[in-house]
Amino acid sequence: MPRITGVTRKNPVPPTSTLSPTGLLFENVDKRFGGLFALRRVSLEIAPGECVVLAGRNGSGKTTLLRVAARIVRPTVGKLSFPGASSESAGNGRPGYVAHTTMVYDELSAEENLILFAKLQGVSQPAARAEELLREVGLYERRNSLVRTFSRGMRQRIAIARALVHRPSVLLFDEPATGLDPLGISWLAKSLGEVNRSGCTVVMSLHGESEISALATRAVQLDAGSIVADTKSGASLHSILTFGGS
Amino acid sequence: MSLLSNTATLLGKELRTEFRSRELLTTTVVFILVVLILFSFAISPTAEESREFGPGLLWLAILFAASLMLQPCFLREQSNDTLSSLRLAVDDPFAIFLAKLVANTLFLLLTEILMLPLFAVFYNIPILPQLRYLLLVLLLGSLGISIAGTALSAISAQARMRELLLPLLLLPLLTPILVVSATVSVSLLEREPVVLWKGIGFLAIFDLVFLTALWLFGEYLLEE
Repeated sequence: MPRITGVTRKNPVPPTSTLSPTGLLFENVDKRFGGLFALRRVSLEIAPGECVVLAGRNGSGKTTLLRVAARIVRPTVGKLSFPGASSESAGNGRPGYVAHTTMVYDELSAEENLILFAKLQGVSQPAARAEELLREVGLYERRNSLVRTFSRGMRQRIAIARALVHRPSVLLFDEPATGLDPLGISWLAKSLGEVNRSGCTVVMSLHGESEISALATRAVQLDAGSIVADTKSGASLHSILTFGGS
Repeated sequence: MSLLSNTATLLGKELRTEFRSRELLTTTVVFILVVLILFSFAISPTAEESREFGPGLLWLAILFAASLMLQPCFLREQSNDTLSSLRLAVDDPFAIFLAKLVANTLFLLLTEILMLPLFAVFYNIPILPQLRYLLLVLLLGSLGISIAGTALSAISAQARMRELLLPLLLLPLLTPILVVSATVSVSLLEREPVVLWKGIGFLAIFDLVFLTALWLFGEYLLEE
């Protein structure tokens, strides 16, 4: 089974930087789309190295929170910071983000996509880094194939490789198991566990309990854009995860 | 990572994806060709009429073809949300615009260079004596169309009636470029050619002003 080691020390490619443990801090974050509040007064502190699951019904604000954390969406009000992020780190504290879509180009090959995003993020030896990741996600044999020819599971693997290409210290996953078969989910759970153990902070949105949710050290429940439960405040992981899947 | 190296990387991506699919170039070349041939047969202009109306028709064809070319510029970043991954990856979002507008200008110029000999033949206008000035006007005009068009493409890609919105916004905004480029081209193709430096200066200033505006405000155009 291929393994992801986004920030490990075993990489044959010399790392572009040493990983600095990075957390996330949302301070009174609001996000409005027109008159609609997607997030309301969200304050959340995630410690470096935590593996946090965001749960909640559809439309509760999980994706928006992750997109704010990825700095793709700017908060309407409030502040986001990355405590502990080193400005010298490869991605300048830039998180890795895996969304519902692959966020890679269908008309480029798997290798071309990874080299493109490695170059844009200032990774030294982008071709070597791409090769390393392609081997780790099990796509090396298909490195020259266009992404549009990939199956759903393969697309998810290339999406994960893209998110890891700059060795981020924070990894954000939006429903990472979508489209994966049971084998793929096991692979993802194992790989995410390795990434998290290597010191990377992981935040992911999930529906219900699964092999992946078993990795969580903390769960936070969102409803109508607000945080309504947090295992840190005493709520049980099980109740949050099952409510999220209801 | 500097703005220029990110721009060069993204430009490489734009050129690679286009030369692999040839979607934009094929559409634009076919469109301009059809317009030039149709007008040539519909009007059957005399030599004098050709000199007077030909450049205007050429620029109209370029403008409409450009609006076709510019439409997918940001639209095709939406299917896989690749615009978000680019924004996540680059320090300065202006690199995204710069790469796209340089690519659009190159595609447009390539199309124009392919079409110029056909234009000369169909409208019986000798273009070789003033070719260098004509190429300068084509460069400045195409650059202006690409700068404004790329910015508006980013806006329209996020709108509901996106296919309709881009031409609606683009055509009025580019009227000054169209008028000046056509006027300068007409004077260049007269029997006794004149280089209208004021017009060329206007095109250069238009490009500079819009490029500066894009540099200052482009980031906001990419926001959700």
